[in-house]
Amino acid sequence: MAEKVLMKGNEALAEGAIRAGCRFFAGYPITPQNEVPEYMSWRQEEVGGAFVQAESEVAAVNMLYGAAATGVRSMTSSSSPGVSLKQEGITYLAGSDLPCLIVNVMRGGPGLGSIAGGQADYTQATRGGGNGDYRTIVLAPFSVEELGNFPKKAFELSEKYRIPAMILADGILGQMMEGMSYNFEPVDPAALCVKPWAIGPNTTGRKRNQVYSYGLAEGELEAMVLKRAERYALVERDEVIYEERNTEDADVLIVAYGISARASIAAMEIARAKGIKVGMIRPITLWPFPAKRIAELASKVKAVLCVEMSLGQMKVDVDLAVNGKTPTYLHAKSGAFFPVAEEIAVAIESALNGKKEQLFNLADLAEKATNERAEAKNAPCKEGALL
Amino acid sequence: MNAITKRPESLLDVTMHYCPGCGHSVAHRLIAETMDELKIRERTVVVAPVGCAVFADKYFNCDSIQGPHGRGPAIATGIKRAKPDSIVFSYQGDGDLASIGMAEIVHAAARGENITVIFINNAIYGMTGGQMAPTTLVGQTATTAPKGRNPLLQGFPMNISEMLSKLESPRYIERVSVDSAPNVIKAKKAIKKAFENQVNKIGFSFVEVLSICPTNWGVTPLKGLDFLREKMMPQYPLGVFKDEKESVAQKIQEGK
Repeated sequence: MAEKVLMKGNEALAEGAIRAGCRFFAGYPITPQNEVPEYMSWRQEEVGGAFVQAESEVAAVNMLYGAAATGVRSMTSSSSPGVSLKQEGITYLAGSDLPCLIVNVMRGGPGLGSIAGGQADYTQATRGGGNGDYRTIVLAPFSVEELGNFPKKAFELSEKYRIPAMILADGILGQMMEGMSYNFEPVDPAALCVKPWAIGPNTTGRKRNQVYSYGLAEGELEAMVLKRAERYALVERDEVIYEERNTEDADVLIVAYGISARASIAAMEIARAKGIKVGMIRPITLWPFPAKRIAELASKVKAVLCVEMSLGQMKVDVDLAVNGKTPTYLHAKSGAFFPVAEEIAVAIESALNGKKEQLFNLADLAEKATNERAEAKNAPCKEGALL
Repeated sequence: MNAITKRPESLLDVTMHYCPGCGHSVAHRLIAETMDELKIRERTVVVAPVGCAVFADKYFNCDSIQGPHGRGPAIATGIKRAKPDSIVFSYQGDGDLASIGMAEIVHAAARGENITVIFINNAIYGMTGGQMAPTTLVGQTATTAPKGRNPLLQGFPMNISEMLSKLESPRYIERVSVDSAPNVIKAKKAIKKAFENQVNKIGFSFVEVLSICPTNWGVTPLKGLDFLREKMMPQYPLGVFKDEKESVAQKIQEGK
């Protein structure tokens, strides 16, 4: 087994990208991912790559767009509000079929939110995020070790299908330190195949290459979108990655990714000690989502419990997979406060026994909100009235 | 009979979509001639903007990338840093460069990226239908300024070449015009120099080209040329704003 060294998540990620052959990085400071550009600023120089501190997230992602178009393994990283800004470039990257790596070390939102870890960018990441009909391949690590090893996987998938790849991490993973060992030999960029579509110096007498996402003639854009959809179909069929724990005899199935899955493992131990049979499936690719496997497992359990740091964004995908055949529940920690094992353990019992404790249900909030608004109606200009 | 001129190899034999009288096609031809003369066609990448020149990637016989509105200099930065042997030029209009893309052009210039930027200034948004641009003249009407640009509401026109010339890193900044044969010859010289600087690793080079937009100005091409000379040139004087012979690296090395 490879030697383990103690590393911070963000640095393991940056070094992992370098080892995966990344030779272009553009980024902009934002907490909690600052260690990534800081590390890249000296490390890219060491390996003969390029680092640019951009003037904005928008500029950074457009630098990525230019660099990725040359075929060089290229990446940018940011955190939630910054990734919102990057959507302009991400949709161009997707529309131009360019492989690249985008990292989101998520924090709390919406708006400025908080600088602590969050998972509330799930929908943005898995549905495209920018304008248009597109997807990005989304990998969700749950340890420093995965954070460091996933860039290689992300680049390979991205290049195989010419779809931008995203690593969706969170502030806790980015900031925490753990034992790190890389499970691959450093990639020599010179040994990677030359991309026939890449722009840049033409030394082989090939036809000129054009990188663009527009199609104005009748039917042109539709043909482009449908051609791309064929690759999406292959990704959904062939590239689903997930991990299962204790699912053989489970009565309750937890679905959780990233740091929520880490907390859920501890919660499972607490519940199992009490004799509750609980198992977990951890989606590692969020798109493609392991819908088929979740449906199979759900058919064998009494309850499905989603654990996420958002108000049911992932649960939408779980519900689509389960399709009403098994009751589904949600333990949510939105607002950048991380899930706690003891609370998840309570949620497991609630899911099994039809209780409400530690379960989030939007409908339950309606009654409370209705009463508050009725009160406000009597005094419409009362300070803090919700109208 | 001897041919005294021909279509540059760097300009594809396709029908351009530009309106009659528009200066874009002249600027395209000058760039293409330059690419031929410097023998750089096979390592050149054109960064096409959003705006009237969006299809520039269909006209130049070289690699191309079409980018989001205003981001040309950032995209060019990415290409040049990833592939330093490439010759990269960002071709932009006034809405693209001077409005939505102001941050990208200023910072690419401030970093001294070794790229070439061709900036077409026709004082109006063309493709979207004649809206007011940052370079629209005081009093000039636009579809979003039907009574004419009012400095009390919309401020004064922005002189981009003058602004960028205050930065330390840019090596060459010149404003030219394509309104007459003598000025076209001067424009060619400037464009060629802006590419030569990149080939010779001198650094960031920028050519602003005054051009006409008869369609959105609502005038004939000939009247448009009069407007350019009489109204635009006083606001945007032609000339060299910066011309450094040495790269930033050379200057630092020599302790200058």
